[in-house]
Amino acid sequence: MDFRDRIARRVARELQDNTLVNLGIGLPTLVARCVPPGLRVYFQSENGIIGFGARPPEGMEDIHLTDAGGAFVSALPGAAAFDSAMSFALIRGGHLDMTVLGGLQVDRHGRLANWMIPGQLIPGMGGAMDLVGGARRVIVAMTHTQKGTPKIVPDLTLPATSLRPATLIVTEMAVIEPGPDGLILRERAPGVSIDAVRRATAADLLVAGDIPEMEF
Amino acid sequence: MPADGVTVRNSLTPRAAAELVPDGATLMIGGFMGVGTPNRMIDALVARGVRDLTVIANDTARPGVGIGKLISAGAVSRAIVSHIGTNPETQRAMLAGAIEVTLVPQGTLAERVRAGGSGLGGVLTATGLGTVVAEGKTVVKIGGREFLVEEALRATVALVAARSADYAGNLVYSLTARNFNPLMAMAADTVIAEPNEIVPVGVLAPDVIHTPGVLIDHVVERPLPL
Repeated sequence: MDFRDRIARRVARELQDNTLVNLGIGLPTLVARCVPPGLRVYFQSENGIIGFGARPPEGMEDIHLTDAGGAFVSALPGAAAFDSAMSFALIRGGHLDMTVLGGLQVDRHGRLANWMIPGQLIPGMGGAMDLVGGARRVIVAMTHTQKGTPKIVPDLTLPATSLRPATLIVTEMAVIEPGPDGLILRERAPGVSIDAVRRATAADLLVAGDIPEMEF
Repeated sequence: MPADGVTVRNSLTPRAAAELVPDGATLMIGGFMGVGTPNRMIDALVARGVRDLTVIANDTARPGVGIGKLISAGAVSRAIVSHIGTNPETQRAMLAGAIEVTLVPQGTLAERVRAGGSGLGGVLTATGLGTVVAEGKTVVKIGGREFLVEEALRATVALVAARSADYAGNLVYSLTARNFNPLMAMAADTVIAEPNEIVPVGVLAPDVIHTPGVLIDHVVERPLPL
């Protein structure tokens, strides 16, 4: 299991039955493959569908049915399609239980930056600002560092996606929960010490008692 | 002849429809990463050599796909979009100053277009508060919560793609190809629909129509000769 799968599997443990969930492009997309057995989760894709499923067999793809990354998907029984205004009314109107988004940086408050690196990479925010502001739970799924440089920092140096803090940060090294007093270390990856997590984290971490190992 | 009382639209070739888009126009184009984008119209616009467009769309797709073709052709001077990450040509042109890109949160973009087509001056949203999106914008407080004032968007011409049109211009979209199309069909002075098929009035039942035909000014002819 590579680190991306580990992150996705840990995030999937946050899924709850009979909920509406939006997965961001990239790593978060992997979460759809890790839904615990017995859970019925409705996945929304912001280009306008609830209830999309796996890529159809070769030759059976519908050019009118893709996910937000443009990849072909199928529709599950009970799926519903709608326009972009409805899609974002679902997101901003409090109808979305959870979103999982990738991250470039998270600050000591749990605020996310994930839509541009000035002068270098300007993908744009797409639906990320609406998702962070509107979903009931916001989970950031990202690598702990970028080539050794910590991504969890005291203050964002990249433009923020939203002032609203994330609910939970899941990396290959740790699970971190933003709280009113700072970032709380909740779990560490198997075999990874608290010190190792701290060394890879530029922001302060609050550590109280035993920190259990992440389960995938 | 169809039933009495039905206004039958004449279909236009993509080339004739492209003539209705003047250089310098503000152009809304439906689609999401090229899905639900009126591709024959885009090809005709590139062939016509249209210039200096302000494009309002969700994204600029990829090079060689959908709106990406207009970017590659140098037809776009300004883009009001939520995402350009999948088109490196747009990013390069933006960094080089060749295209002025305004990035708008996707839900805000959808609502601004909806407002433009609904006679509203704009919308109030919390999305973007405290970020670069809020720079220069008015913040209002309602019920103790802050909101950004986001102004309505309208266009000279909207190009929308549909699965089906009937002779009266009523449109039905398919699955995730719907996206911005029904919103844009309401928000422009001239609306041109590019359907995959055109069927007699009555084939599309009133309850299934997504965009009423009265909103459509022109229908582009069916895709392929029989």
